[in-house]
Order: sequence, then structure tokens, then C-alpha cells
Amino acid sequence: MTALTARFERVEWFAPRMIGVYGIVLGALAFWLALPPLVSRSSALPVLLGILAIAAGIWSFSRGEHRVGGGAIVAGILGIALALMALQSSTGHLKTVVVWSALFAAMLRYATPLIFAAIGGLYCERSGVVNIALEGMLLSGAFFGLWAAVWAHGWAGNAAWIVGLVGAALAGMAMAAIHAVWAIHFKVDQVVSGTAINFLALGITGYLFIDKYGDSGTPGDITNYGIPDIHLGFISGIPFFGAIFGQLNLMIWLSFLLVISTWFFVFRTPYGLRLRAVGEHPRAADTVGISVYKVRYIAVIGSGAIAAMGGAYLSLGFVHSFNEGMTQGIGFIGLASVVFGKWRPFPTWGATLLFGFSSALADRLPNAYGNQWGTLFQALPYALTLIAVAGVVGRSIAPAASGRPYVKQ
Amino acid sequence: MSDELKEEAFEQAPPPGEIPSPQQHFASRFSGLTGAIGPLVTVVLAFLISGIAILAIGKDPLKVYRAFWNGTGLNFFYHFGSYSIRIPFGTTHVWFWWDTASISAQNLQQTLLTTTPIILTALALALPFRAGMFNIGGQGQYWVGSIITVWVGESFIGLNGPVHIVLCLVVGTLGGAAWAGLAGILKAKWGVHEVISTIMLNWIAIWTSSWLLGQGGPLQGSQKSIPVSNSIADAAKLPIFWGPKLLQGLSIGIFIAVAMLFVYWLLINRSTLGYEIRAVGFNPDAARYGGMSVARNYFLAMAIAGAFAGLAGAIDILGWRYNLGQLDVQNQAGQIGFIGLAAALLGRNTALGVGAASLLFGALLTGTSGRQLDQSIFRPDLAGDLTTIIQGLVVLFVGLNLGAVAVWWRRKLRRVAA
Repeated sequence: MTALTARFERVEWFAPRMIGVYGIVLGALAFWLALPPLVSRSSALPVLLGILAIAAGIWSFSRGEHRVGGGAIVAGILGIALALMALQSSTGHLKTVVVWSALFAAMLRYATPLIFAAIGGLYCERSGVVNIALEGMLLSGAFFGLWAAVWAHGWAGNAAWIVGLVGAALAGMAMAAIHAVWAIHFKVDQVVSGTAINFLALGITGYLFIDKYGDSGTPGDITNYGIPDIHLGFISGIPFFGAIFGQLNLMIWLSFLLVISTWFFVFRTPYGLRLRAVGEHPRAADTVGISVYKVRYIAVIGSGAIAAMGGAYLSLGFVHSFNEGMTQGIGFIGLASVVFGKWRPFPTWGATLLFGFSSALADRLPNAYGNQWGTLFQALPYALTLIAVAGVVGRSIAPAASGRPYVKQ
Repeated sequence: MSDELKEEAFEQAPPPGEIPSPQQHFASRFSGLTGAIGPLVTVVLAFLISGIAILAIGKDPLKVYRAFWNGTGLNFFYHFGSYSIRIPFGTTHVWFWWDTASISAQNLQQTLLTTTPIILTALALALPFRAGMFNIGGQGQYWVGSIITVWVGESFIGLNGPVHIVLCLVVGTLGGAAWAGLAGILKAKWGVHEVISTIMLNWIAIWTSSWLLGQGGPLQGSQKSIPVSNSIADAAKLPIFWGPKLLQGLSIGIFIAVAMLFVYWLLINRSTLGYEIRAVGFNPDAARYGGMSVARNYFLAMAIAGAFAGLAGAIDILGWRYNLGQLDVQNQAGQIGFIGLAAALLGRNTALGVGAASLLFGALLTGTSGRQLDQSIFRPDLAGDLTTIIQGLVVLFVGLNLGAVAVWWRRKLRRVAA
């Protein structure tokens, strides 16, 4: 606690950096005022706030804080533009789309498979193995998780989802094991083997799906033995938080836990240090006696298991069915989140939440404005990532040995 | 690129001699006929393993593969007889030893029609590979080319035929080039890894196209109930020289694709640009030291690659699609760009190899499609997934340096013996 207060006291409230942060907040505020619940109908207020934000941005930009200052300028311009756009639309439309509690709850639902994929990718990439096979691992987790649960339903009853999770993890690990052997032992280009895994997963799950469920689809009673929701009776009374956290799927809570424990593991334990060492400088790690191969194998195969959990959530906890190629690029957004989050757990989490939020918004936009805007919105995470990797939000630097096989001497 | 970034890139480059560059992996290890052994073994292995998948659901792999083969139309070539054909675009009839109107001839037309874009999207991977880059964005570049071609093709109605066709091909090509060039610039200027940027560009292209073609989208056709664009003008359709005009006959697009194979060969082996691209692929630092602009070559390699993929999209629109629907864009399996990726890897990025591998995949796609495959022998939707599996196995094994595996295996055996 004292550490926290000490840190708090060290903040210089009127340093150029903080002024830039205020500018960003003002820009966001300009937009927020025009949205529910306030739905301010005046255009003067957002414009005023936006101009203040831009001014703060210019001030801090001219004093050397280019990133924060630039961010504040952009936030101010966007704030004015979006607020004016919101003013064009009727209050009724705004109120059907922007229901904050529903948006946040949907954000968490959409972000969860992304978190599992991203954290899986984080372990893999931190060990120096590029993993573009996340999509395939997610997909195999989704199919084999569902398959195992359906199979176990007869004897495990409503707890069949546990068997499903185990099945998903095994499938993900099997896929990852191929990637691991190819990337680590055979020293194949990791993008090539990752692409191969994606094809294989798409083909194998589709093949088995058609063979098993092709005519009638997956069983309709999966809702009964899918991954359960957690009902928190005591907070459902609280107005805003109750609607968000009162009824969330078990996997969503697990994903929170996963992020925190990943941060602890990677940055606070000797094992995490070894993992990072192997990803940054394998030769040095080898010299001090760390087995590079062993660490990489564990990281890659573990990443398969974690990513597959996301797939299992998708099929067993979210939509309660399976379709060919149902992941629709979620694995790639997970990968993007890792890059966006600079290979760090909490920023990666933030990225998944941002992308989850955009999916949630894309889901609700059609309610008032027609289908097509929701579709266009789906492209947003990818565009944001592209902007992010181009260095606008600071250079994102991959683990140094990422993508390079290690040859023991 | 600032000096600091350059330094960093230099530091991140692998120490020489430690890891084979992608080039050494795929292109230059063998040449000529010996180079074909690896890919052939790969294909045989892939078909053997997927044969197990066929056995697993209780079918006879030989029978199924035979049905695939008949679906491809390649049996056309060994059915001789005495027939007459009309000279394309003329009225004279001459004697010919193959029956060009048979079912197998029609299947063969489909195979060649499918091979056309695969050749081009394979070239879109092969060229950057020579520069040491991995263009995984062929699919996105293909869609950008397609979308622009549909737009130009359905506009300017009443334009003179050949002019309209050339215009469509040019804008489609340029669209693909611009889309890939973006990834090239990102790599050259900011050091963004092209795998990340092209994956992102793929999905941006897919969702933007879905929006353009979808309900209420700007490119949705006059039929407001379905998310499909208008058909292109009749004058803009590529001439069909073999087979029925209304049932997807073979357009002259295949000749454009084959010509591009030759262009690729010329570019890589007989031009200064190709020399620079290969030099950059072998060792960027040495190339920079030799006075070449690595950034420029990265950009050009990507842009030309994108041009190939964009051209593929344009030819498909002008040759047989004629319009584009939202579902075409969103359909995951059987995406041409990714099949081109497999074909390029299998063909080891050489012109001849790419041509042969593209024919293999074009035949496989056609032979397993719902229209050509005998339904009583194997379900076409299962066969489609089997194609994806074969594609995955090919990519998996072709990346494998078979020699290295043999060495590793021998060492392992020796260790076990000792």
C-alpha cells in the first residue's frame, strides 16, 4: 500500500506528459457526452472539449511528448467528429445501440477466446517460436472439445464439459506438437509449418465434422452440458456491475486468472526468466545450462493447450455448436493482440478487450443502423493492429530470437 | 529507415552460417530434375496419409482417388479417336485425335480454369520468397483485384470490348499491387514483419469486401434481396475458346497465366531487378554493402507479387465469375490464395515447378468439387475437406528438409544403439 501511495506522490501532475493524458481524456469525454446515458444534444460542448483536447495535445507535443501529445490531438479530432456523427443520429437509435452494461458484457464474451489464443501465442513467441498456427489450434480445440463432451455426455452427465476441455487441450497439444517438432527439431521455416497446421486443422475438423454431424449438425442439447455460467447472486443487485458480472461463463473468469498468472509466471518466477532468456538470446541461455529445446517444446505445446481452451469456450461455452471454419480469424486477432500488446500479458489483455469491444459494438450496430456497418466494423481490429505495428503507438519489439531455429553447438 | 533501426535490424539478423535462409531451404538446394524428387516424395506422402483418412471412414482410397482423377478431366489425354474440331474463333473444321466435346474435356476445362489463378497466386508467393519474404497475403490481394475488377467491369457499360477488358485487367492488377505494396512499404520503412502485415491486410480485404458486397453495400447489385454484385458488362468478359459459353468454358485467361510464368522466369533469372531481389534474399546485409537498396527491393518484390495476385482476381472475374457475392469472399475453405501458397512451396518457387504444382492443385480442387466428383463414391463436401488436408500435408512436408531429417534420424538411431 505504501508503495502505491509513494508511486502516486511521485506523479508530476502538470508535466507535459500528464497534460497530454488529460487531453486524451477530454477527447474521449467529448464523444462520451453525446452518448447514453447523458445524450447531450448540443454541439457546442463536444467541440469545446475537443478543442481543449487538441490544445493540450499541441502543448505537450511541442514539449517533446510526441506520442502522448499526438494521441491527444487525434483524440480531440476524433472526439469532435464522432460526437457530431452521434448528433446526426436520433436518441432512440443511440439508446438501442449503446447500452453500456450489455456492451461490456458482450465485450468480455468476445474477448475470451482472444485472450486464450493470445496468451497461448505469448508463451510460444516468448520462447522464440513464431506461432501463426493459433487459428488452427483454436479450431481443433473447438471441434475436439465439443466432440469429447458429446462423447462423454452418456456417462459424465452435465459435467461432460470437463471431458470436453481435456479433449480440447489434447487436440491443441497434438497440433502444437507437430509445430514444435517441425520448428524446433527440423528447423523448418516457422511460418510454413504454422500455415500447414492451419490447413490441417481446417481440413481435419471439417472432415470429421461432415462425417459425424454433416447431415444434422451438432446435437442441440449441448446447452445442457456445455461450460456453465457462474451466477453471482450478491452482485446482481448492483446496477451497472450486476448486469456485467452477474452471469458470466466460467471460462471468462478463468481467462482473467490466466492473464494474471501468466504475468506472474513470465515476469516473477525463474521459469519465466528462462522462457524469456530462450526467446531473447538462446545461445546465452544454453551457455548457462538452460535446455533451449526443452523450454521451447514446453512453451509451444503448452501454447497449443491454452489456445485450444479458447476454442472449447467458443464451441461449448458460447455458441454451443460447431461449424466448419467457425473461428473466422479469431486466432489471427489473438496473434494481433500479442503484437499489439508488445508481448506483455496486461497490454495484450487490453488489446483483446479492445478488439472484443469492437466485436460487441459490431454486434449491436445492426440493431439501429443496418447490417452493413457491423460488417465493416469487423475489419477494425486488423486495421488497428496494422497501425499499431507501424509504430504509431510506439515500436513493438518482438523477442529477439523469434522465428529463428536454434542450432546447438 | 533511421540508422538506429538499421543497426537493430543488423543485430537481429542471424549470424551467418547458422541457419539456412528460406532460399537455401526451398529454391537453390537442388536444381533441375533432382530438385523435383523432394516435391514428388512430398505429394506421394500426402496422398498416402490422406488415404488413411479415407480408410478411416470406411471407403476404398483407390476407388476414391480414381473418382477424383476422372473428375479432373486429365483422362481426356489418353482417350484417342477420330474427331473434328472447329478452329477457335473461326469457322473451319479440322480433324483431331481427341474428342474436345466429351465430359472429360469439360472437366479438363474446369481444371485449367482453376489452375489459372493458382499459378498467379503461387507466383505472388514465389517472388517475395526470392527476396527472403513470406507473402501470406495472396488471398487478400486476390480479393482486392477481384473487387476492383467487378466495379470497373460493371461500370463503363458500352465501352469497346478489348479496351474494357484491358482496363479491367490493368486496374485489378494495380489494385493487388497497391495492397501488397502497402505491406512492402511497412516492411521497408518501419520494419513491420510482412507476415503480420499481410495477414492483417487479408482480413481487412475480406471484411471490407463483405461490406461492399453485402446488404446495402455500395457494390451490391440491383437485386436487393441477395448480397451479390451486378454482373460485369458482356463486352468485358474474356473470350472463351474451348467449351460452352454458358457453362463456364475455358477463357483465354490460362494463356495470360502461362505467359506470366514466363515473365516471372525472365524477371528472376534474366533481369537486373531479379538479380537484386535474389541478392537481397540471400543476404540483405551483403546486398546493402554492394550498393543495392534493400528497402526498394522489398517494396518492388511485394508490389509485383501483389500485381500477380490482383491479376488472378481480375482474370477470375472476367473469365468465369462475372460477379462476386459476399459468400464467395467469406468462404474459408478452398481459398485460391492459400492454395497458391501451397503450390509455390511445392514448386520450389521456380517457374516450371510452380506451373506443375498449380496444375496438380487445380486438378485436385476440380476433381473433388461437387460438380465433377461422382457423389455415389465420395461426398463432395468431405472431398473438399480432404483437399484441405492434402494441402496442409504438402505444406508440412515440403517445408521439411528431407536431408536434415535423415541426418537427425540416423543420429538418433546411433544414440539408441550406443
